[in-house]
Amino acid sequence: MIWDWSFTLEILPVLAHAAIVSVEATLIGFVLAATLGLVLAVVRIAVPWTGWTISVLVELIRSTPLLIQIFFIYFVFPKFGLVLDAFTAGVLAIGIHYAAYCSEVYRAGFDNIHRGQWEASIALNLSAWTTFRDIIIPQAIPPIVPALGNYLVALFKETPLLSAIAVMELMQTAKIIGSDTFRYTEPITLVGLFFLAMSLVSAALIRALERLLNRRTMR
Amino acid sequence: MGIGTLVAMLAAALAVIGVLATQQAYSLFLPGLLQGAVLTIEIAILGSLLAVIMGVLAALARLYGPAPLRWLATVYVEIFRGTSALVQLFWLFFVLPQFGVTLNAFLVAVVALGLNVGAYGSEVVRGAILSVARGQWEACTALNMSRAQMLRRVILPQAVVAMIPPWGNLFIELLKSTSLVSLITLADLAFKAQQMNQNTFKTIPIFTLVLLMYLVMSLVLTIGMRLLERRASAGLARGKAA
Repeated sequence: MIWDWSFTLEILPVLAHAAIVSVEATLIGFVLAATLGLVLAVVRIAVPWTGWTISVLVELIRSTPLLIQIFFIYFVFPKFGLVLDAFTAGVLAIGIHYAAYCSEVYRAGFDNIHRGQWEASIALNLSAWTTFRDIIIPQAIPPIVPALGNYLVALFKETPLLSAIAVMELMQTAKIIGSDTFRYTEPITLVGLFFLAMSLVSAALIRALERLLNRRTMR
Repeated sequence: MGIGTLVAMLAAALAVIGVLATQQAYSLFLPGLLQGAVLTIEIAILGSLLAVIMGVLAALARLYGPAPLRWLATVYVEIFRGTSALVQLFWLFFVLPQFGVTLNAFLVAVVALGLNVGAYGSEVVRGAILSVARGQWEACTALNMSRAQMLRRVILPQAVVAMIPPWGNLFIELLKSTSLVSLITLADLAFKAQQMNQNTFKTIPIFTLVLLMYLVMSLVLTIGMRLLERRASAGLARGKAA
């Protein structure tokens, strides 16, 4: 028998518990990515001379594999005195990696704001801080929410990489079940199905959100 | 980012590797890492080939195939886009043998990454085909071309130009994903790094070199795709002017 249902039921609670860790990593990682990405995008506009440095930094982060960045933070940072546990190191790496992608999304959002809005803010003598907080960001963010949502899903699908530094998330748990029982079929297939279900649901949510936002901007 | 900046970054990365290579603490690891990089490049090239083939086939099946084929292509795209690349890699490596199909690790790596990126690629191909102006399709119909003629002579040559930049991004993603194959025991660049790190604990030189080597590979790929894009769209601009 290739698929064992009683074994499936037995491991389901263990995997469900691990799924919580995966979701936690996703949420914390995404908050980090969304915040840091926004900071990068705002600084690039507010402090013009940083533009080149930030472009190069973003290019560097996006050109190297996330797995190596996770290893780098987990293994190299302690040499400089910063010892992080596996979960923190992994989430930090994921957050920074996706911050680079998110900053480009925010940038596109800012570029789409009409010139007149910036000029009017200057004419009204608003500070850079007020301009961003009250004028630019409220207009720039809604259109890019679906794009950010896509990165949230992409980030979620990267969390199995945390298994490489032994974070007890879904993939690592499935692998351990596999090596303990010599049955890989059920745990790994279940992990796959879990990701598939989450991705399909998120994709549907993002589409609904997109429709909602389109309708609001049409009015 | 302009092509000039990218070339400057590539030159800087190579220069840093060159300077580090003169130091014994770094040069010690170079031969082993280069060996790993060769495997990384092999997997990336074969995976990209498979991805392009799968992307085009799935897109054509979804656009023009009969219902069962269309359905099959949709399931393929949804499954491979909906699950994580690492999960796919592990599934093909650990679970497929249970069904009597045992592939060696190298083949698993190429197949998993190729199918994964191919699923994303099929959306790129589909979008590019659909983005060709309506008048082009209508003109083909007016000229009484068969669908195959229409695609081969009119639609695809124009769609290919639109596909180059997004495929470039996908190839970069694939190149970066090759690092995952280290987790199914293939001795690629990431694997060599892990192995040397465990043996010597010389963490800083090893991971610095590895990051630089991936950077060089990505930049070469990005610059190559930019040049290709420039060449392909130059032809298009001439065509429009004439």
